[in-house]
Parts: sequence; C-alpha cells; structure tokens
Amino acid sequence: MNVIVCVKQIPDPATPGALDAGTKTLKRDGKLILDESDSYGVEMALQLVDAAGGGEVSLVSMAPNGEVSGMRTALAMGAAKGVLVSDPALQGSDALTTAKVLAAAVNKLGGADLIIAATESSDGYTGTVPEQLAEVLGLPSVTFAKKVVVDGGSLKVDRQTEEGYDEVTCPLPALISVTAGVVEPRYPSFKGIMAAKSKPIDTVTAGDLGISPAGWAGAGQEIVDVAQAEARAAGEIVEDDGEGFTKIVAFLENLKVI
Amino acid sequence: MTNVWVFAQEAAGVPTTGTLELLTKARSLGTVTAFVGGDASGIAAALGEYGASKVYATGDLGGKLPGVAVSAAMKAVIDGGDSPDVILFPQNYEGRDVMSRLSVKLDRTVLTNNVDISVDGGVSVTTPIFGGNTLVTTKFSGSAPHLAAFRPKSFAAESAGGAAPEVVAAAVPELGATGGATVTAVHVEASSGPKLDEAAIVVSGGRGLGEADKYAMVEELAKLLKGAPGASRAIVDAGWVPYSYQVGQTGKVVKPGVYIAAGISGATQHMVGMKGSKNIIAINKDKEAPIFGIADLGIVGDVHKVLPKLIEALQARG
Repeated sequence: MNVIVCVKQIPDPATPGALDAGTKTLKRDGKLILDESDSYGVEMALQLVDAAGGGEVSLVSMAPNGEVSGMRTALAMGAAKGVLVSDPALQGSDALTTAKVLAAAVNKLGGADLIIAATESSDGYTGTVPEQLAEVLGLPSVTFAKKVVVDGGSLKVDRQTEEGYDEVTCPLPALISVTAGVVEPRYPSFKGIMAAKSKPIDTVTAGDLGISPAGWAGAGQEIVDVAQAEARAAGEIVEDDGEGFTKIVAFLENLKVI
Repeated sequence: MTNVWVFAQEAAGVPTTGTLELLTKARSLGTVTAFVGGDASGIAAALGEYGASKVYATGDLGGKLPGVAVSAAMKAVIDGGDSPDVILFPQNYEGRDVMSRLSVKLDRTVLTNNVDISVDGGVSVTTPIFGGNTLVTTKFSGSAPHLAAFRPKSFAAESAGGAAPEVVAAAVPELGATGGATVTAVHVEASSGPKLDEAAIVVSGGRGLGEADKYAMVEELAKLLKGAPGASRAIVDAGWVPYSYQVGQTGKVVKPGVYIAAGISGATQHMVGMKGSKNIIAINKDKEAPIFGIADLGIVGDVHKVLPKLIEALQARG
C-alpha cells in the first residue's frame, strides 16, 4: 500500500508571526519547520503501510526557496521520498491554487492508494486544502478522521463531528484529513535522521509539473485593509499568596454568578 | 439586490444557532436563500422566520458526506441559472467541506475564518489574525459567486418574523467516484450540564494541570458554577479529554459571561476561541503568560494550590 502525505513547512510557531508590509501576506522567510499538525499524518501513513505489510510513504510539499528542512524531519520519521514544488510564481497562492499544485505533485508520484493531510495548517489555517485536493483529483474523501483502519480495498474511519463521531467506510483510492492526536508521532531516531539526508527530494517548479500558475496565485482576492483590533482593558493581576482564591470568589460574587 | 445564499444546518430538528446567525446577517445584505443538505420540511418555517425567502433542500443524503453531496447539488442549481453573489458558510466541519468542494467545481477562491462581511462596493470580509490582535479585510476581486466562511458567534441571531419560505428541491446529481464514502453509523457523545458553546460560565484547563487526572478539578469547578468544562488544544492533543472539549481556533468559539482559564498560557490557537468572553479569570504560574494580557483578573500562582481552595470555598457556600 502506497501513501502520500501532504506536509507543510511553516515558520516556527514559537516565533511571533508578522505580515509582509508589501504583499500583506504572512511572512514565511527564515527557517521553516515541519508543521506539527502534519506529524500525525506522517505517523498514520507509516503505521498503515506497516500494517499492510508493504509499500512506502511519500511526501508532497509546496514551499518557497527550495526549503526542505521540514520534509527532512518527515523523512527521518520514515517516509521514503518527496516532491517539493518551489516556484516564485506560487508566492501568495490561495488555498485553491495550493490544492491544484499539490494535485499535480501527487500525479507526478503516480498517485497513491491513500492521500493524507492534516485538517488545517498551524500558520494559515484556511482548512480547505484537503477537501479541495480530493475534488481536484476526483477522489472520495473523509475529513476529520480520528481513527483509521484499512480493510482490504477500503477504509473504515471514525470521523469527528460536532456531536460525536460517525463511522464511515470509503473505497480506496481516497483522501483523508486527520485530526491532531489521532496517533502519537514518533521521534526521529539518530539512524533515521542520518538516513533522511540521502533520501530523494525531487524539487520542481510549476512548469516542470506541466501547470501554468499565471493568474492563479492569490487569485480572486485582494487585501484592502489591515487594522489593529480593539484591545481589552488591562485587568488586575495578583501574585497568589495562598489567599488568591478569595479574589476569584469576590470577583464571581461581584458578577452575581454565585 | 444582492443574492445571498446561506448553507443551513439543523440539529435535533431545529436550525443550528450558527445558521440563524448567518441568516440574520444575510438579510441585511440582500435577498436570502437557505441551502439545506437534507430534508427541510421541519426547519423551513424557522429559516423563513430568520429571513430566508427561499429554501433549497437536497432531501435525505443517503449516508453521503455533505461535502461532496451538497456541493454537487449547489453546483447543479447554479448551472441551472440561479447563481448567488455570495454564499455564507459556517466555519465548521460540514461548512468547510462543502465550500472546499464547491470552490473547485466553480474555480473560485475561498475566504475562511471571517467575523464580518460587507457588500458595499464589492464583497469584502474581515478576518482576525495573530490571536485576534489584527483585523484583515479582504475583497473578492474575481467573479461571483464568492465563497466565505464565518466563525460562530460573529453575528447575533435575531428573528425577523418572516413568512414561511418557498421550498424547492435541489437533488444531488450522480457523484461518481467522489461519492464513495458512506456513513454507516452515527454516534452522539452524551454530555451532562450545559453545552460548551452555550454555557454562561466556562472553566477550561491546560497543560499547566500537569497530568490527565488533575482535569477532574476543572470539571468539579465547572459543575459547582453550573458551567461547562473546556480545554486547550495541548491537552486534547495529549488525549486527556475528547476533542469536543477544545476551545480555540480549531475547537469551539465561546463567549460566556465568565471564562476561567486554569493552567493555560494563552496560545493564539486558544485565545481566538475565548477572547470574546465578557469576563476572563486566569490562573497560571508564569506571570509572563500571554493569557494575563487579556484577563480581567489574573492570579499568578499554582493551579494545584489555587483550584482546590477555590473549590472548597464554593462547596462551603453550598
């Protein structure tokens, strides 16, 4: 069973985000890391391939400047190879463009039995790419998967809902998006990190994939205003001296909720 | 007149609060059509009351997931000649899936996580970023229909006293391979007490609790205050509590009268889901924690010491 995982390489979430003054899009310069949300998909893929008794896990990613450090993390976990689409023409791409590009990258790898994505990225969190990708590829999909079992030629998925969860069956090939916490991502071993250095990453441009993104990137939208939100007035901050709870009791009394 | 569609959802036989919020906003923008993925007979009158003059309904989806089925039905209506200027979706599982599939079918961009919309001089939407500190307004520059998703509680739901709408069947066309997924069973996770996104008081716990069984303190406090327990993404990811407890960008958006954050540092992911609360109380041992920046009352202290005393004091009051 072959699985392709869509991985995003993002600025370290520990560093504060900023908007580019010119393009008014999220700054993505500096070193990029593997989005933690995607580590669950990589782990899920590795476990499913193991359980199937054969096959491999491949990666597709889109990032500026030929950035591969996040992909190397996924390779160190155990993925076999990857395709990176890196093209200045794709800067500021909207989610639909991203989905079209990833679809072309998936096709370059010859497709797969299963494609896995996170439910949303941790930096842009548009949250639409997985389902858009499925539509571009003409595949069925199960989003918000919290448990996945492969049973012959089909998937059995527990799918998160507002009220609980649904049991869903879906024939392969298919696409799933997985929620954070669906599996426990492994830490790359030293051996894995060393091996990852020599695993192949095919870096391509949009043109190499036979797609012409002219007029796509950021298509159909234009940022017209960036403003500061109204700040909340500063509150009372006190150090707990053992009696801090009385402050809370008094606060709740004052609001007449107790 | 702007032709506005709302992707309408129902739960337990009535339109969801989110649907009523979007209808209320939609009727201030133009004429409103509600699009229902399912049978609309039980909710059509309520959709009309909140401003829909027309309702499209797919009828029973037969176990198909809404993303692929409802988007296909919408596309068929649009191809048939009724093409909206803008479609409003709720920022939730089904809303996201339907708009994503439709965006490919129509080759249109999507704008998500919005809290406001204007149709003056073109359609533009407003999105908070960086934990809500910055508001970005984006205009749709391509051609209609425009697709936008809105966070819960972006608008207040108010009845317009509208008449019963016209209900029109919008059948799901043949889905081919994309329609392969089938729901075989539905599980509703029972919870006692008020619903997290409707509770007047919410008590949430985070990583600062240290270990899973300490979450019992959060539940106990919530129960004493007749509120709902919530959680940060960190402890949901760690498996301490179910996903349905999560408050934040990916979880529930809450705006209770009182929000108590216990052992939560205040990551952007969490803050966007609760900063609309009327009063915020934070307990955290790190006085530099971002949560204190939005707290009305902040206690710099150990949750393991503060919470038991607080619980005891509230129990003593009976």
